[in-house]
Amino acid sequence: MAGLELLSDQGYRLDGRKASELRKVQARMSVFAQADGSAYLEQGNTKALAVVYGPHETRGSRSKSLHDRAVINCQYSMATFSTAERKRRPHGDRKSSEMSLHLKQTFEAAVLTQLYPRSQIDIYVKILQADGGNYSACVNAATLALVDAGIPMRDYVCACTAGFVEDTPLADLCHVEESGGGTSLSLALLPRSGNIALLQMDARLHQDHLDTLMEAAMTASKGLSKVLDSVVSQHLKEVSVLTRD
Amino acid sequence: MLKSKTFVKKTRSGGVLKIVREHYLRDDIWCGSEVCKECKDEAPVLQEDACIESTLCVYPHYLLPDTNVVLHQIDILEDPLIKNVIILQTVLQEVKHRSAPVYKRIKDVVHDKEKHFYTFTNEHHRYTFIEREQGESANDCNDRAIRVAAKWYTDHLAKATWGRPLKVVLLTNDRANKEKAEQHGLLVYKCDEYIKSLIGNPELVDRLALTSDDQVLLQGLQNINRAVHQDVVAVELFPKECWVAPLSVVLQDDGPNDEDAEEDETPNKYLQILTSKSIVRKPTGRVVGIIKRNWRPFCGMLSQSQIKEATRHLFTPADRRIPRIRIETRQAATLVGQKIMVAIDGWPKSSRYPNGHFVKSLGTAGDKDTETEVLLLEHDVPHQPFSQAVLSFLPKMPWSITEEDMKVRVDLRHLCVCSVDPPGCTDIDDALHSRELENGNIEVGVHIADVSHFIRPGNALDQEAAKRGTTVYLCGKRIDMVPELLSSNLCSLRSNVERLAFSCIWEMNHNAEVLNIRFTKSVINSKASLTYAEAQMRIDDTNINDDITKSLRCLNKLAKILKGRRTEKGALTLSSPEVRFHMDSETHDPIDLQTKELMETNSMVEEFMLLANISVAQKIYDEFSECAVLRKHPSPPPSSYDILIKAAKSRNLVILTDSAKALADSLNNATIESFPYFNTLLRILATRCMMQAVYFCSGMDSDFHHYGLASPIYTHFTSPIRRYADIIVHRLLAVAINADTTYPDLMDKHKQAALCNNLNYRHKMAQYAQRASVAFHTQLFFRNKGIINEEGFILFVRKNAIIILIPKFGLEGTVFFENKDKPSPDHSFDSEGPMLTVEKHTFHMFDKVKVTISLDASNIQHQRIRMALIEPVIPGVSVAVAESEPEAKKPKLDR
Repeated sequence: MAGLELLSDQGYRLDGRKASELRKVQARMSVFAQADGSAYLEQGNTKALAVVYGPHETRGSRSKSLHDRAVINCQYSMATFSTAERKRRPHGDRKSSEMSLHLKQTFEAAVLTQLYPRSQIDIYVKILQADGGNYSACVNAATLALVDAGIPMRDYVCACTAGFVEDTPLADLCHVEESGGGTSLSLALLPRSGNIALLQMDARLHQDHLDTLMEAAMTASKGLSKVLDSVVSQHLKEVSVLTRD
Repeated sequence: MLKSKTFVKKTRSGGVLKIVREHYLRDDIWCGSEVCKECKDEAPVLQEDACIESTLCVYPHYLLPDTNVVLHQIDILEDPLIKNVIILQTVLQEVKHRSAPVYKRIKDVVHDKEKHFYTFTNEHHRYTFIEREQGESANDCNDRAIRVAAKWYTDHLAKATWGRPLKVVLLTNDRANKEKAEQHGLLVYKCDEYIKSLIGNPELVDRLALTSDDQVLLQGLQNINRAVHQDVVAVELFPKECWVAPLSVVLQDDGPNDEDAEEDETPNKYLQILTSKSIVRKPTGRVVGIIKRNWRPFCGMLSQSQIKEATRHLFTPADRRIPRIRIETRQAATLVGQKIMVAIDGWPKSSRYPNGHFVKSLGTAGDKDTETEVLLLEHDVPHQPFSQAVLSFLPKMPWSITEEDMKVRVDLRHLCVCSVDPPGCTDIDDALHSRELENGNIEVGVHIADVSHFIRPGNALDQEAAKRGTTVYLCGKRIDMVPELLSSNLCSLRSNVERLAFSCIWEMNHNAEVLNIRFTKSVINSKASLTYAEAQMRIDDTNINDDITKSLRCLNKLAKILKGRRTEKGALTLSSPEVRFHMDSETHDPIDLQTKELMETNSMVEEFMLLANISVAQKIYDEFSECAVLRKHPSPPPSSYDILIKAAKSRNLVILTDSAKALADSLNNATIESFPYFNTLLRILATRCMMQAVYFCSGMDSDFHHYGLASPIYTHFTSPIRRYADIIVHRLLAVAINADTTYPDLMDKHKQAALCNNLNYRHKMAQYAQRASVAFHTQLFFRNKGIINEEGFILFVRKNAIIILIPKFGLEGTVFFENKDKPSPDHSFDSEGPMLTVEKHTFHMFDKVKVTISLDASNIQHQRIRMALIEPVIPGVSVAVAESEPEAKKPKLDR
């Protein structure tokens, strides 16, 4: 039989979304009291937990510290139960290391690191359940955690994936769509300025299509930023109610 | 806007994977109709005046076909006339899975703007999404989804149109689906019903694919185009105008001079289809090519040429579906009157008959040995003597149980085991025992001959047995599956000798509830080989109180409880008239025949065999879920009960066929006091409604249910001497209890499935051969008896004939009311009754009639029993009571 039909003629995707629709995003901030900042975020069935410590003194060797700005230390891991088949190594494999590096680059672009010279900010993210768009869920969760930790940033960092099927860009791919073998583009955006913090793309795509695909990913990221914004203001409301008087 | 709904799926890819996918339900999926104001569809597809003129639906309507309609009637849907169709997502997905070409075609249709086909994404719609229920099959779930969507559309459109007539018509050919849809108040039609109702477009009907059966009628030599029965052929269908209707008439055999009216498919099946309306035409066509020949040597007789010196003669095969064959022979004079074997060489374009050559002579026609040989050959029963290679694997005689055997086996020689079998049985494969245990419970043991000990996997003996598949019992002859040394001696659990057995031992309480079960290889020493009658006598005779008798009484008591419980669950008691011939000890001619009598002991043995089979089936399935050889009996399609229901209705009785239990109960209740045989007749009819039970490999199938026995799982374990399936089951069970080693083929489900296919084929052929043998012996019997008058019952009513069953002989025959030579009597047929009125006398099913039976030997190859009506007396039809029979022979029959 033919492979899965990712986009039906009526314009619906496998899970019933339309091409440009995001999955349902739900998030909570301050889920841990221990950490300086934390957040839990669900993007459909992808669930991520982010924890932020810092800024604090650099741990380990002093040589790592930078004299003019803070070092951002990221660690990405996936729970052993996050995928359909049990994972052997929760972190430290090539994929995770790469992802850690990407996250680091993303947040170095967004956090105002020059405010904290010779110090370190730790961002730990864990994927609890993986259903596509792990990177973007991590970025979004980490953004909320950073906000929770009160670390100044240029803007929210909002990430979203986009794919391309039958001349139509699909926003926010789920696992089935991602593993279908088509193009998958991950974009981390600073929505207000429209600056790109990170852009990554797998598989081949015709140059002509890149613009539409970027456009779709940007729109999706902007959509996400609205959601994150509302989460933050909701959280603030709750906190201010608690701290009144 | 978005509603998130997750559901869980399990797939098997190596292991069990739990796949979680999101499933969003939406409320922005529009109905796609122009009429609807509620839906904010920008470009509605379905038109407001959706008019296809139809006598069934005089209002505008949208069609909503189910999956099977799309799959089979895609030709219709592609027609430009058919517009405004709603294709559900469920349907589209199922079509995609089942047939890629049809999927492509339906997608093309949907894309065609002119056609106004709308795809409704029902599974993501908030109100039409359904979840699969516990225990619901995928198909049922899809059917339900279709109904729910149809219901939503109906209600939605009713609201949108403010009562203006615009409706949704569900098209389905599934009977159950249709009924359920009607219960929900949906408009539902069968596809052909609907298409036929269309006004002004009769040509559409031609495109209607035939779903009821895919048989094509080939009529006449021209159209059969030199194809021979069992060939694989390519067929071209005629246009509809040329189709003909098969009649529900029974064709009389008109001797060899008649036109060779012959169908490629089984002709009898056609002829027995009862036509409900006067003209139901069948698709008719002609053969345009022969893909594969399936010629084999045919048995039959020579019809000598009229010209004396001719060397070319025609050969008439015994199988009437095979055309006559022209052969060249110089010994025609000697071959006449003999049964011979002929092979087909070819069929030239210009010739009416195929050409062949003489292979060998089988003996004089009508001779018992010859006829038996013929029927074995015709039914493809391997019956040659066992080859030297096969015999070389037999144990050396004298054989005795060795020390090693004793070591691995449980010694049960002290138990009071006995066997109960039909008289004259030499291959005894089961024996029983029961005894009271110290704790008050009862130990019951079923001991089965350990054939797998002697037949080791893979050797020539095993291969031969696998090929034969089953022992074939003919009247007065037995074609063994394994050599006689095993079947009648070493494996046969005869009395007072030590034999190896495979034992299944239960501990039961007095309520026949199994507390404990044990399977073991054992050594037994049967204390007695009884016949059913002997065992019955012992049980009934209160004076006998030895161990064997006590054990038998106990078994009998338990068996009754078991049977009661089984019946409670819905096991069917069916009936078929079986007869036994009394053979002359010297000539082996049948001298008398009587119907088989069933005693309590029959049922006693049967009950424990069933219990053993079910226990073993469960055990081997638990142990080997992928490669267990099991036996299933599918429940018949509801329509096959029609004849039974009609028959009962004619006597104002109701037969429920919803479940096996309902059927069993209603059969039990269907009795007429003044007509004690009625119930048996009904059961005979019910038997004919059933499907064939078959062997299968558990890894290749998911439906294990045994309908007739009302058991969720079943296999054959108890007759390894005469069935190969049992040997495999023995091997599986032996591995399961660590008594034997496994081998690759045993664990290969594909090889097991192939083996099951062969076994099923052999069993079927063996059954046919058995019937043919009984029929032949019945003829022999009546040849000796002359003409007999006997009472019988009408079993079926056909358009031009009635089929009569004579319970005394278990014989079926046909009385015709049409004649070639003379004008036939005035008769009319009503298929609803069903009844046949001949000259003002109406025949119903189950009517009692009196007939005279004689042997019609006019056609030497196909001798048959002829029946003529004596009572009721119908002028011109019935005959006078025959007096010509020799008085001397009569007393024998009147017993």
